[in-house]
Amino acid sequence: MKRREFLTSITALSVASTIPNMSQAEVVNGGQPWVPGNVKTPLAPPRKGGLQYLTQHEFDTVGAIAERFIPADETSLSGKDAGCAIFIDRQLAGDYGNAVAIYRLGRFVKGTPEQGPQSPLTPAQRYRLGIAALDKAMQQQYGKQFLSLSSELQDQVLSEMEKDALNLGEDVETRVLFELLLQNVREGFLSDPIYGGNKDMTSWKMIGFPGARYDFRDLLPKKGLKLNIIPTSLIDNTL
Amino acid sequence: MNNVRPKADVAIVGLGWCGSLIAEELSRAGLNVVAIERGPWFETSTDFPPSVDTDELRWDTRRSMLLPPAVETTTFRNNITQTALPSREWNLNELGYNVGGSGTHWAGMAWRFTPFDFEPYSQTIKRYGKSQIAKGVILQDWGITYDDLEPFYDRFEKIAGVSGKAGKLKGKIIPDGNPFEGNRSSEYPLPPLESMRLTDIFTEGAKKIGLHPFMVPAGQASRAYVNPLGVRMGPCTYCGYCLYYGCGNFSKSSPNACVIPALMQRENFTVLTDSAVVRVNTADDGKTATGVTYLDKNKKEWVQPADIVILSAFQLQNVRLLLLSKIGIPYNAVTKTGVVGRAYSFQTVSGAALYFRNENLNQFIGAGALSSQVDDWNGDNFDHTGLGFIGGAGILVVARGARPIGNADSLPPGTPRWGKDWKKAYTHAFQNATFIFGQGTSFSHEDYYLDLDPEYKDDNGNPLLRVTFDYNDNDRRSAKFIEEKSVEIGKSMGAEQVIGTNSASGSYSPYNFASDHTIGGAVMGTHPETSVVNRYQQCWDVHNLFVLGASSFPNNAGYNPTGTIGALSLWTAKAIIEQYLKNPGPLVKV
Repeated sequence: MKRREFLTSITALSVASTIPNMSQAEVVNGGQPWVPGNVKTPLAPPRKGGLQYLTQHEFDTVGAIAERFIPADETSLSGKDAGCAIFIDRQLAGDYGNAVAIYRLGRFVKGTPEQGPQSPLTPAQRYRLGIAALDKAMQQQYGKQFLSLSSELQDQVLSEMEKDALNLGEDVETRVLFELLLQNVREGFLSDPIYGGNKDMTSWKMIGFPGARYDFRDLLPKKGLKLNIIPTSLIDNTL
Repeated sequence: MNNVRPKADVAIVGLGWCGSLIAEELSRAGLNVVAIERGPWFETSTDFPPSVDTDELRWDTRRSMLLPPAVETTTFRNNITQTALPSREWNLNELGYNVGGSGTHWAGMAWRFTPFDFEPYSQTIKRYGKSQIAKGVILQDWGITYDDLEPFYDRFEKIAGVSGKAGKLKGKIIPDGNPFEGNRSSEYPLPPLESMRLTDIFTEGAKKIGLHPFMVPAGQASRAYVNPLGVRMGPCTYCGYCLYYGCGNFSKSSPNACVIPALMQRENFTVLTDSAVVRVNTADDGKTATGVTYLDKNKKEWVQPADIVILSAFQLQNVRLLLLSKIGIPYNAVTKTGVVGRAYSFQTVSGAALYFRNENLNQFIGAGALSSQVDDWNGDNFDHTGLGFIGGAGILVVARGARPIGNADSLPPGTPRWGKDWKKAYTHAFQNATFIFGQGTSFSHEDYYLDLDPEYKDDNGNPLLRVTFDYNDNDRRSAKFIEEKSVEIGKSMGAEQVIGTNSASGSYSPYNFASDHTIGGAVMGTHPETSVVNRYQQCWDVHNLFVLGASSFPNNAGYNPTGTIGALSLWTAKAIIEQYLKNPGPLVKV
């Protein structure tokens, strides 16, 4: 078999990027350019310690919000204790937070609802502006930052945001910010622990999701039964 | 100064299902074939093995295998009076961005269209008369019939290792198959996937009200399998990681699993990856293509000369490349003339959300196409007299795997979306919430079309494709009808709450994730005034240019498009090998 015409090394693959543009192969011919041992594994689990994007105050605020969205009870850890704020910090520091996959060229013009979001802001920028605007509004209304409000009051404020009934100033679309926070907290709670949230697979145990399992053939006869599968994560798979 | 590569017999733009299937045929016939793929090399062992695949955040939520809007998106407006704006975020256009194309991340529903879907005009006129056709709807026959295509469907199913059960085999109706399907020359290569609790309840409920449920033909191998190209597939493990994922088991039918391993052994086949074709080049007379121009990953411009050019990118990209190459007359929505961009359509989806009281649906066990469906209300399988529309939908449930993040809002109306009550409700809904999906036919309309956007460009400076689209009256009526039927089935299934859903009840939006099956814009047909390509998907204006894929569909069926796309590619390959090579020129005279 003829060797491929030209194939640069694919050994130096970097960690997972949102945009798969890291491939080095340009001309492939005469077989598949498969190199043993080169698996594009997900990011290594975030290490403890320093924040990558959020300030400590923002981080604490996000943690407080995560705790209100997902309070602790007998079914799971709280969103905060599950690591949602760590998850969000790491996501905002990466491709997601920087809107790498999003089309950001041309004029930004407000259109119809059907035409979808038309904002130059990245998720990371929305957090920065949003938390500052939230604190400013809380200062004006209650004389305290969001973080210092009682949990009952925090719930009330979040409910107002959900109903788009809280004015956060010109730069922040309240409903968009709320949906972003809720989505990201849920992501942190429900995604694989390899991304920093869902500590001890707490959410998967709550809902009964088996996680990173790849073969259910042995369970096919147990249709409609409660299965009580012990979940597994990508962290286990990469050991 | 251009960099020019050595001339090829055939240049193929896009290496998904269409591109890989036709490359396999043409390279086996001895032609020197070069495929140019915008995305990177992608394969099971390195890119999506089991230890990498089981990751909802990466592949589903963040869409990591799809073409990012940052690289190419479309602009959108509902009608010509509006100014189109770019669809900036992830939306329903789920284009592939890797060797294997969308065929790597698809769900695997491997359908044939019904005989009606290919001849909607003549069959509608014959059965109902002209008055059945809603105002402005473009209705035209494809120039090819189901019977023409049957052998190629058969071949595609064998290459892809499709698991299913025939319903109409050599003229005979077979129990538990789809009695409404077109006649088949042979059984599916593999038996259907195992049923699940969800599909069992659907099957039971549908039978109770006199319908004819069957297991959907699935591009997941129900057994170990060796396809006609000698490629081996492993049995599906029901992991549920199909749609938006690659398959780590070599079980899901894909170009990567079924075709490319054979193709890559051919010395007369080469793929250029990370290379974006920006136009088809034509000779001075405008009647023949001379090759294509592409940008490599360093944005360096290259020319790939070729005797035959095949566009096999995604439907939207095929149309955009024709427009950027100034091939064919662009459609003008005011004068209703021109063809490129004309007869664009989508898929009209309606159905029902179901909430059971006390089930263990265990929806994390499943496969992308593990479905039970009824076709009683699809195509022209029922009498439309007095209904005011043509078409309908395949109505199904799918045990596709659970999505903890993606399903977090699949809750009965009025349920809190956060807090302790959400946790409780979601835990219950995770085992008890599901949906009935009515995958509807769609007919194109003279007001809706594709053209180049006057303002927004991609990062290469080329205009984005502009989509002008909304649902037409025919499709709104059929969606309403299907919504009602879905609710009826849902109630028969015993769900505690059944809530009708209908994507066509309001205005179309690219952010309404009903389906990603966009079609048309470079349609096949019998006359150059109403089609871009002839019955062989050969361009009327440039005879050595073939345009493959759903861009050829003048109307959409109530099915996923891939089986038909695959069959049409094999049909075109045969026409090139047996007719075109001997006598290069138009294969259909007008």
